[in-house]
Amino acid sequence: MLAAQKRALVAQRPGRQSCVRVCAKVSKKDGEPRVIRGKCFVTKDNIDTDQIIPAEYLTLVPSKPDEYEKLGSYALIGLPDDLYTTRYVKDGQMKTEYPIIIGGQNFGCGSSREHAPVALGAAGAKVCVAESYARIFFRNCIATGELYPCETTVRLCDELQTGSEVTVDMDKNVLTDHSTGKTYQLQEIGEAGPVIDAGGIFEYARRQGMIKTA
Amino acid sequence: MSLQATMNAPCATGRVARRSVKVSAISAPPTPARAPSATGSVKRAMTMTEKILANHSDNAAVKPGDNIWTKVDKLMTHDVCGPGTFGIFQKEFGPNAKVWDNERVVIIPDHYIFTSDARANRNVDILREVAGKYNIKYFYDITDRSNFKANPDYKGVCHVALAQEGHCKPGEVLFGTDSHTCNAGAFGQFATGVGNTDAGFILGTGKLLIKVPPTMRFVMDGEMPEYLQAKDLILQIIGEISVAGATYKAMEFSGSAIEGMNMDERMTICNMVVEAGGKNGVIAPDQTTFDYVKARTQEAFEPVYSDGAANYIADYKWDVSKLEPLVAAPHSPDNRKKARECSDVKIDRVYIGSCTGGKTEDFLTAAKLFHRAKRQVKVPTYLVPATQKVWADVYTLPVPGCDGKTAAEIFEEAGCITPAAPSCAACLGGPRDTFARMNEPEVCVSTTNRNFPGRMGHKEGQIYLASPYTAAASALKGFVCDPREYM
Repeated sequence: MLAAQKRALVAQRPGRQSCVRVCAKVSKKDGEPRVIRGKCFVTKDNIDTDQIIPAEYLTLVPSKPDEYEKLGSYALIGLPDDLYTTRYVKDGQMKTEYPIIIGGQNFGCGSSREHAPVALGAAGAKVCVAESYARIFFRNCIATGELYPCETTVRLCDELQTGSEVTVDMDKNVLTDHSTGKTYQLQEIGEAGPVIDAGGIFEYARRQGMIKTA
Repeated sequence: MSLQATMNAPCATGRVARRSVKVSAISAPPTPARAPSATGSVKRAMTMTEKILANHSDNAAVKPGDNIWTKVDKLMTHDVCGPGTFGIFQKEFGPNAKVWDNERVVIIPDHYIFTSDARANRNVDILREVAGKYNIKYFYDITDRSNFKANPDYKGVCHVALAQEGHCKPGEVLFGTDSHTCNAGAFGQFATGVGNTDAGFILGTGKLLIKVPPTMRFVMDGEMPEYLQAKDLILQIIGEISVAGATYKAMEFSGSAIEGMNMDERMTICNMVVEAGGKNGVIAPDQTTFDYVKARTQEAFEPVYSDGAANYIADYKWDVSKLEPLVAAPHSPDNRKKARECSDVKIDRVYIGSCTGGKTEDFLTAAKLFHRAKRQVKVPTYLVPATQKVWADVYTLPVPGCDGKTAAEIFEEAGCITPAAPSCAACLGGPRDTFARMNEPEVCVSTTNRNFPGRMGHKEGQIYLASPYTAAASALKGFVCDPREYM
């Protein structure tokens, strides 16, 4: 895997910046396609919440804006250095270059801490594409609207490389790897899609008239 | 003898008859035929989890896969997630909103307490502020960090405190902003962890939208050998089905070994349900449960039981007399190995604590092994009682069969580090100055619940999850050690 990471670093073309407007929560406008293009960051199976956001950073309260931003700077900092030579968020930076995260099985296992999807979203992640998710993490992604937890039956984490430019199309349910031209099938995001589009369960419920704003 | 006397009729709550009965003949009374349009919803056989959720929703019956709105009996939060949860509540329901029921919210600071980290301390202050603003009845506050005993309200680890304070009751629905909320399933209730946003929603409405999970059944039969504990059973199960083996599912534990366990041991099993990906764990309540609960609360409760004909999506059965002490080796709770097969693993420290392995039973049994061995530990052995009550038990209860000595006395004789102030402490690392945090890459045998990379602090730390017996034996040996060596 180390060799693959090295290849990915070499393959990156420094002149071509993937222009991603990074912002908190998804908040897709009505009518806009649910399509995200950018560099992908590849992780493997059982990425647990301690790797996504180590416990020492949990003193940061996600509902406070400045602490929300700080959480983002620590996203995925718990990944073992020998397996992941590329940092998700570069040292000294607050935001990531990789709006798309690729995962294997059981992504987000471990704690119920909402800090996990929040840190990823605050860092600029927009969508995760994995084989399967742990249930609390999956639920938290939708409730917060921080990122789309997309599912796929293909073992993308063995196919793609960190740094490759990809497009995740959640309307057509296709992921395209621009470095190879290959396309991969995605599962339907289903009912979770509109909730995340709106920016989370509360905003969605308000737009649907389910709750009155106090 | 009349037939009535020979039959165990199911009681009103649908309890399954436990004793097998020889019935020679049954004559059912004639029932009038009912027109289909008049039958309404069919009463279907349900598991305990399904029944509890049906009782708390607008449905007479539910089945796995149903998305339902469930009423919530209790919501628990702590210092790591409480501030965020209330922040969301205030933002979404407005500054003048009230919580749905100020007696059903339990706020328990426990994670980052005995630290100089300013933000961690501020988070406890925030809890105090919201507890006052919303008139929260149950807030187990701490103000004097230098002496935990000087805080009459402070309890310690939330899941153990919930049980000890009588908040866990059969048949109820409990949500907590912590993955180990499933711990309370030991009381025959539906209990699971949620994030801040879901919890914020519950604060305002007293309800949550959830999907009914299918149930996997785990039958643990036979007599527990003296060297085996509940932790060994749950490690056996997680090792069998993997860390995602129970994702989105309920795990129901039964069998004679379970029935013979006290509440502490039953909690250990349900506590780690989340480590298999499970949504919730349940154990049928019985006299052991009722005695425990009634000694701690006057509030009424109604136990619920799985129907005999209920559907389970998986069935596992073990004869516990054939099982051996286990560890979960680095870096996954499902990396199951026999303790005796890891005897060449040199260790640097032992940790006995957390909601999983820091309860009274855990300390009494560890002490029993130390006492029998009559020697000193070879590595630093950290002891963190989960709550004030557990700490008190460690210092006052005579350990059975140990010449009237208390666990604290035995620990001192064995050379363990003095039991620390009750909290979650190093189970999840925490701020740098947390007691027993692993700040160097060491090998640790621990009675905690997770061993993913960096869990107790250092990313290259190696954590072997184990029972209190195995942890104590390993401390004596200086290597991962099967407790039978000292029994």
